[in-house]
Amino acid sequence: MSGGADTYWKSNLKIVLTLLSIWFFISFGCGILLVDFLDQFRFGGFKLGFWIAQQGAIFVFVGLIYAYIYLMDKLDEEYNLQISREKTGPQANLKEKS
Amino acid sequence: MSVQVWTFVFVFLTFGLYIGIAIWSRAGSTSDFYVAGSGVPPLANGMATAADWMSAASFISMAGLISFLGRDGAFYLMGWTGGYVLLALLLAPYLRKFGKFTVPDFIGDRYYSKLARLIAVFCAITISFVYVCGQMQGAGIVFSRFLEVDITTGVVIGMAIVFFYAVMGGMKGITYTQVAQYCVLIFAFMVPAIFISILMTGIAIPQIGFGAELTENFGGGYLLDRLDGMSEELGFATYTEGQRSTQDVFFITAALMFGTAGLPHVIIRFFTVPNVRDARRSAGYALIFIAILYTTAPAVAAFAKTNLMSTVDNIEYSQVPEWFTKWEATNLISFDDKNGDGRIQYVGDPQINELDVNRDIMVLANPEIAGLPNWVVALVAAGALAAALSTAAGLLLVISTAVAHDLIKRSFSPSITERQELLYARLAIFAAVLIAGYVGVNPPAYVAQVVAYAFGLAAASFFPAIVLGIFQKRMNKQGAIAGMLSGFLFTAGYIVFFKTLYPSLDNAEGWWLGISPEGIGTLGTIVNLTVSYLVSRFTPEPPIEVQEIVQNIRLPGEAHPN
Repeated sequence: MSGGADTYWKSNLKIVLTLLSIWFFISFGCGILLVDFLDQFRFGGFKLGFWIAQQGAIFVFVGLIYAYIYLMDKLDEEYNLQISREKTGPQANLKEKS
Repeated sequence: MSVQVWTFVFVFLTFGLYIGIAIWSRAGSTSDFYVAGSGVPPLANGMATAADWMSAASFISMAGLISFLGRDGAFYLMGWTGGYVLLALLLAPYLRKFGKFTVPDFIGDRYYSKLARLIAVFCAITISFVYVCGQMQGAGIVFSRFLEVDITTGVVIGMAIVFFYAVMGGMKGITYTQVAQYCVLIFAFMVPAIFISILMTGIAIPQIGFGAELTENFGGGYLLDRLDGMSEELGFATYTEGQRSTQDVFFITAALMFGTAGLPHVIIRFFTVPNVRDARRSAGYALIFIAILYTTAPAVAAFAKTNLMSTVDNIEYSQVPEWFTKWEATNLISFDDKNGDGRIQYVGDPQINELDVNRDIMVLANPEIAGLPNWVVALVAAGALAAALSTAAGLLLVISTAVAHDLIKRSFSPSITERQELLYARLAIFAAVLIAGYVGVNPPAYVAQVVAYAFGLAAASFFPAIVLGIFQKRMNKQGAIAGMLSGFLFTAGYIVFFKTLYPSLDNAEGWWLGISPEGIGTLGTIVNLTVSYLVSRFTPEPPIEVQEIVQNIRLPGEAHPN
């Protein structure tokens, strides 16, 4: 177990925790706890709180997964060498019997 | 052509397509059968996951539920999509790296224990079975309403189709049929929604029409303001305001999120992609595909409710539109002229209200209420069947792998050959289809309700055990077993207490801390996490090989063979 894998995991945790705090803030925060407060702001026919609860949060969820994909790809690239050295099993996929 | 002829055409064409795909994608090995040879491209897997996930309930019932719940309906919308963030960030990449076939595989290996594996098998089968019965029932209802065959015939046709492609193709057949089913169901959901949005607001995108102004014909003004106004006028709750307590909405949303991330038929979809990066990507695709329907559903709910209230309130019963009479025949809508004036009073006060509307009608009859062409009406039937069958197939596969792989191969008879294992897997699907079909025809009264509780049970059993298995190297078998058992029993106990033993207490005053049985899974998750943590502190740490497994799944690398 090299130090590289350790720092990789720490950066991974940081990314996950950051994104999950946004996830929590938008859904449980804005969509549920603060919804009545946010309803005083309007855009178009929507009250803001209502819109976040019924639509907006879902768009944010999609954005969060894509942010995760992007950040993890970048992280993987940074650590690429260490990961390939860490690999234990042979490279293969499970396709051989089709 | 009449609606019925159109329906026959669509159902025939789509079923032919599913069978064609099944023949093209036969499974040759257990790896094909369980995880489609781990060769599914992320885009295809995203579609398959979306179809797998969106069941008869999402397609038929959700928009209707929202239209009667108003703002509180958000717990379905956020709960069933927010879970994908958890799935993508906390589970999918690591489970793909682990690279086995099933959820009990992971639990059994990570917690180095046959008992843990067996508990996982039990939970997976219970959760999936409860869920699959609801799908069969949904398929039967659609057949009987649109094709006017009886429910039994409908269920039998549905069973035969699922059986055919699930047994032949296993995960491989299911995956590619699900891709086709996704296309069918999303088309069938979106076309009426777009039509209605154009009709009512002049805007083709329902997500935007939802917040737009109504056209002249519908009286102008913002749709949601109009809906609020009409609701108040007729004595219903204001649509854009919450009715349930904040903590209950909070707990239900969380239970649905954790449950989504813990449902075995969704998790195993991420075993089918080639590697960890593809697992992340396919979670992204899956949520986009799901979000298309889930952001449209609240708009459909608002359109349908507005339309319904303005169409039926205070009109002469003898003047009702054709759809009204047709759906009256199915008992989905019923009129009781309490004050004898020959007019329909649709109002909030149950003493005066004369119209009883089943929530499913909001999607099923919506195109007719809006006066859309016959082919659009018929499309809904094909879409609902695609939604029901795709989910049923995914669930049956979980049951079959749990029996053939986890129970027979990994627990009791490790010496069986691959060929025998494949045979057992097919037999298990056969048996599961028969039992599910039987329950679909003779539904116990509580099936529909119980489906919702499958989420609570998944949330309280699998979700914490898997997350701790990845993020807590110190977590050992004693902790995980104690946690799963306590979480599952606590949640099941609470639900049984209110739903079976003391239904009279099942209201906001009777609930513990104001949490409804729908939301109790959240507390079950917390119970599981706490018990796991405490027990693991007082028992020996897991063996070094297991800690190495955990170390290994934390790094992406390439896919490993078994």
